[in-house]
Formats: sequence, C-alpha cells, structure tokens
Amino acid sequence: MKIQNILATKGTRVITIRPEQSLREAIELLAKYNVGAVVVIEGRARVVGILSERDIIRRAAQRADLFALNVSAVMTRHVITGAPDDDLKSVMCRMTEGRFRHLPICEQGELIGIVSIGDAVKAQLEEYQGEIETLETQMMEA
Amino acid sequence: MATLRVAIIGSGPAAFYAAEHLLKQTDNAVEVDMFDRLPTPFGLVRGGVAPDHAKIKSVTKVYEKIAANPRFRFFGNVEFGAHIALADLRAHYHQVLYATGAQTDRRMGIPGEDLRGSHPATEFVAWYNGHPDYRECQFDLSQERVAVIGVGNVAIDVARILCRTRDELMKTDIADHALEALCASRVKEVYLIGRRGPVQAAFTAPEIKEVGEMQDADVSARADEVELDPVSRAELAKENDPANVRKVETIQAYASRQPTNKSRKLFLRFLMSPVELFGDASGRVTKMRLVRNTLVASASGALSAQATDQFEELNVGLVFRSVGYRGVALPEVSFHDKWGVILNEKGRVLDPGLKQPRVGEYTAGWIKRGPSGVIGTNKPDSVETANAMLEDAQRGATWQPAQADPISAENIIRARQPRFVSFADWQKLDQLEIARGAEQGRPRVKFTRVEEMLRAVGK
Repeated sequence: MKIQNILATKGTRVITIRPEQSLREAIELLAKYNVGAVVVIEGRARVVGILSERDIIRRAAQRADLFALNVSAVMTRHVITGAPDDDLKSVMCRMTEGRFRHLPICEQGELIGIVSIGDAVKAQLEEYQGEIETLETQMMEA
Repeated sequence: MATLRVAIIGSGPAAFYAAEHLLKQTDNAVEVDMFDRLPTPFGLVRGGVAPDHAKIKSVTKVYEKIAANPRFRFFGNVEFGAHIALADLRAHYHQVLYATGAQTDRRMGIPGEDLRGSHPATEFVAWYNGHPDYRECQFDLSQERVAVIGVGNVAIDVARILCRTRDELMKTDIADHALEALCASRVKEVYLIGRRGPVQAAFTAPEIKEVGEMQDADVSARADEVELDPVSRAELAKENDPANVRKVETIQAYASRQPTNKSRKLFLRFLMSPVELFGDASGRVTKMRLVRNTLVASASGALSAQATDQFEELNVGLVFRSVGYRGVALPEVSFHDKWGVILNEKGRVLDPGLKQPRVGEYTAGWIKRGPSGVIGTNKPDSVETANAMLEDAQRGATWQPAQADPISAENIIRARQPRFVSFADWQKLDQLEIARGAEQGRPRVKFTRVEEMLRAVGK
C-alpha cells in the first residue's frame, strides 16, 4: 500500500496556516476541523513548518503568553514530509520511531495532502482485515 | 424512508461487497442494480486472477449468495456511457456507485516502450483469462527470452504462466486460445525484474514459494542481488513482519539452489530498472538496457531506488511491463489522472474544483483507492463507502429520481440494450462453461467472445 492509496480516499484538502498568523487562529482551526496539526505554508503551498497540539502544549508548559505569539514562534520548523509513492509500511515505522503523528505529503515541493498516524493505522488495519477475509473465504468455500 | 435504489457500475469484488452491505440493512430497504459492460460478472476474479489459482476464484461463491437476494439484479453487457448515461441513472436511482477497478497498466516512460513485442502485462493476463476485448491479442511466444518488469502479483503470475507446462495448464480454466499458444511456446528463459530489493517486492511469501515448485522450470536468483543492503536489513527488522521475513528467506534460498536441468528457467532479478528497449529494423524488440539501482531512505522512511552508473544489457524478444495498475476515467465522472482514481472522501466522489462531495455519486475498490491489497481488502473499503451512502440517504442527501422503481429502470435498460444478460442468464452460461470443461477434464472452458456468450444464453 502506498501513501497515495490513502490520499485518494480522504481528498487532498489540508488545513493550512501562514507563519505570520496568530496562534489563536491556529487553535481555532484545530478545534473547528477537529485535527491534531495544521501545516504552515508560504507562497502557493510550500511547507515551512507544522504546528501540532504537542507544539502548543510544550509552549504552554513554559508559561508563555500563548495568545500573544504567532504561528512561526511555536511551529516545528524541521518538517519531515513524504511523497505519494512512499510505502505505507516504511512511513508508519518512521512515524512510530520518530514519535510524530502527522506527515505532510508533497509533490514537486508543494503540499498536496497529509497523512496522520490514525489514517495509517486505519489503512493497515483494513489491509489485515482484507487478508483475513480472503483466507477465511478460501477455507470456507474451497 | 422509501426504498433506496442504487446502481452499481462494475461487478467485481468491490461491487459485490458494497451490494452485500447495502442489502443487509434492516432499517431501510435497498435495491441494487449492478451493471457490467461484459456479459459476465466478477471483474478481476474472472479476468485477472491467474487460472492456476483456482482456490482464490472460489470467492465467487460468496458473490453468488449476494446475487441470490431478490432485491439484487445484474445487467451484464450494458455499458455505462454507451447504453446508459449518468442522466438515465439520475432518473431511476437515488445513488450510483462506481466500482470499475483499475483496468490498465502504468507506463514505464522509457524509450522503446512501444516497440512490437513490448506489452502491458494486463493485456497478457486478460488474454489468457479469456477477456473478450483481448482474445485477438498476439504475443510472440516463439521468442526464447522474455522479460517481465515488476515484482508484484501480476508480474509473478505472468512469469509463472509463461513457465507452466501443458500438463499444469490443462488442469486450469485458462482460455483455450491461450492454452494452445502457450503449449506451442518456445520460451526458455523468463526474467522477472524488480527495481528495488527482495524486502520491497510486492509479491507474497506463498507466491514466491510457488514458483519454486513448478514442474519443468528452475528458479534462480543472484546472490549479490538478494543479499540485503543495510537500509533493507534495518527495514525488515523494524517492521517485524514474519511473512516478509519468510518471503526474503525464500528468495535468498533460490540464490543457492542448484539448477536441475528443467527446460525453462525463471531468473529473479533485483535492483535493476529498464532504461531503454531496442528493436531490430522491423521495429520489434530485441534488447533491453538496464541500470543497477541502490536503495536510499528518504526522511519519511521510504526506500526508493536510485540509479547508479552501472548498466547491463539483456537480449529479450518479448517484454511485459507490470509496474502498477491504474484506473480508466468514466464518462462524465471526475478523475484524478495522475493516480488513476476517482478522488473521494470515504467513498463520496469529490467535485474536482470544489473539493466537495457530489450528491448521489460514490466509489469503491481500486478506482476509489488505487490498486492495493488482496480481494478481501475490498470488503472494508466497500463497507466504508456503503456506510457513507446509507448515512447520506438517511439525511435525504440523494438524487431525486423521477421514476424510482425497478420496472421503469428495466424498461429503459431494455430499450437501450435489449441483449442485456441477467444473473440467471450468467448462471446458465456458467453451467455451460463448466460442462464444456468436464468434457476435457478441465474445471471450465470459457466463452471468450461476447457474441458466443449471448447466443449460448439465447440472447
């Protein structure tokens, strides 16, 4: 299974924000769309950062005045991105190992989608369910 | 709410699993009309699964049970876009589900790809499985050396069928024309070529074990290509998948296997990509140039093949490319050309401009997610779509058909295509094929011409 197999069924809409926007706006987006991270972009769709719940919690723990900050002050700048052609299994290993939960997917330097660890688990689960279904059918019907 | 009337385009596994889930609803009644452009149902189970994999085909028994539901109808030999248009469906159904699969191969994008003797593997598969559209295809099996590009299940099926003996093929339901051609085949060497290593090969452990047990073909691999590089070794250790470990071990064992002088040889090659095909003066393929690859890990953890500066030439007279299936666009239906799928959200077809779901239109199976997984993978996939359909129906977000009844739907179909094939007709055809097979001691002898099929069932 490839990343593009996941993207095909979740549309390519990604919740994005600009680095100069306020953290308040970012939090509103997270709440409104019920997502765990927003991708920070510049220009048309160039990824410059990612802002996750975890980034915000980390900053909150430092007792910063969160609402006075803008996105660029809090976001993770070193973003790991994937490609549509990446194997799901390798990417899942990397996400588990690196303890990150959102992988923006880029093509020719532009953001085209996002895969969360939840999407990856769902896809992997369906793959296993499918294999079990196939094996069971063969045992019952053959 | 009133009975929900659903049209399903396509009759492969995804179509049947969706029908099953829709028909088993108890709180709202659903009627399913399933369409296929061929007179025969079951999609790739009939036209794709290799003839020597009879066990996998037994899944059709499950589909027959689904089809036995009185609220299910099959309309074979009816083509969406030719006999019925989207407007017809909107007039007679609340929803449509596109489950047309992935019908063609991706291109390799290299010079010489279109030389004579270079074919998409799916055409060869459709030909040996008796698909009517491909029965007239010609493959030059007088060639002794054949390359199959790709290491997925289609590629390995093709390589295996090329290596099978007459005796082995006689036990299958392979199409008669293919049986005849393959029995006269002069193929001696088959090269199965993967761009990445054994760990990344998409075929499964049982599939690779099977090629080591062929009657009259030796399988071999090269020690230098099956020894794992550090990134692959790390990946195999991390993913902790015993099936993949078995697959790799099987491949590695082939590298140390002694050939037993069988008449055919299957060579497994890894970390090689074709870069160009060369032909003779008549435009027929004679040679292939390959580049050796190394694997590089990206930041996201994916391993991709990177070309080195080492090249190799291989004399081959026949080439099958199997570097991935892709879907084909349907008339009037939005399509993501690059991925070969209908973009969707959990099966709800998205309008390409607005990125919003289009009322009444859904998708399932390979045309929904792209080619991935085994037959059963389509079940959870189709259930997801069917649930979206039921949810939308509950809140009234469906088409509003002017004539939402089975009789007027059948009338329009009959008017457009009087020679449609019902499920009962198909069952008759099925019995005829099995009976023809019994005469020859084979599981089935397929009809391979549409006209032949129609006449057999009195259409």
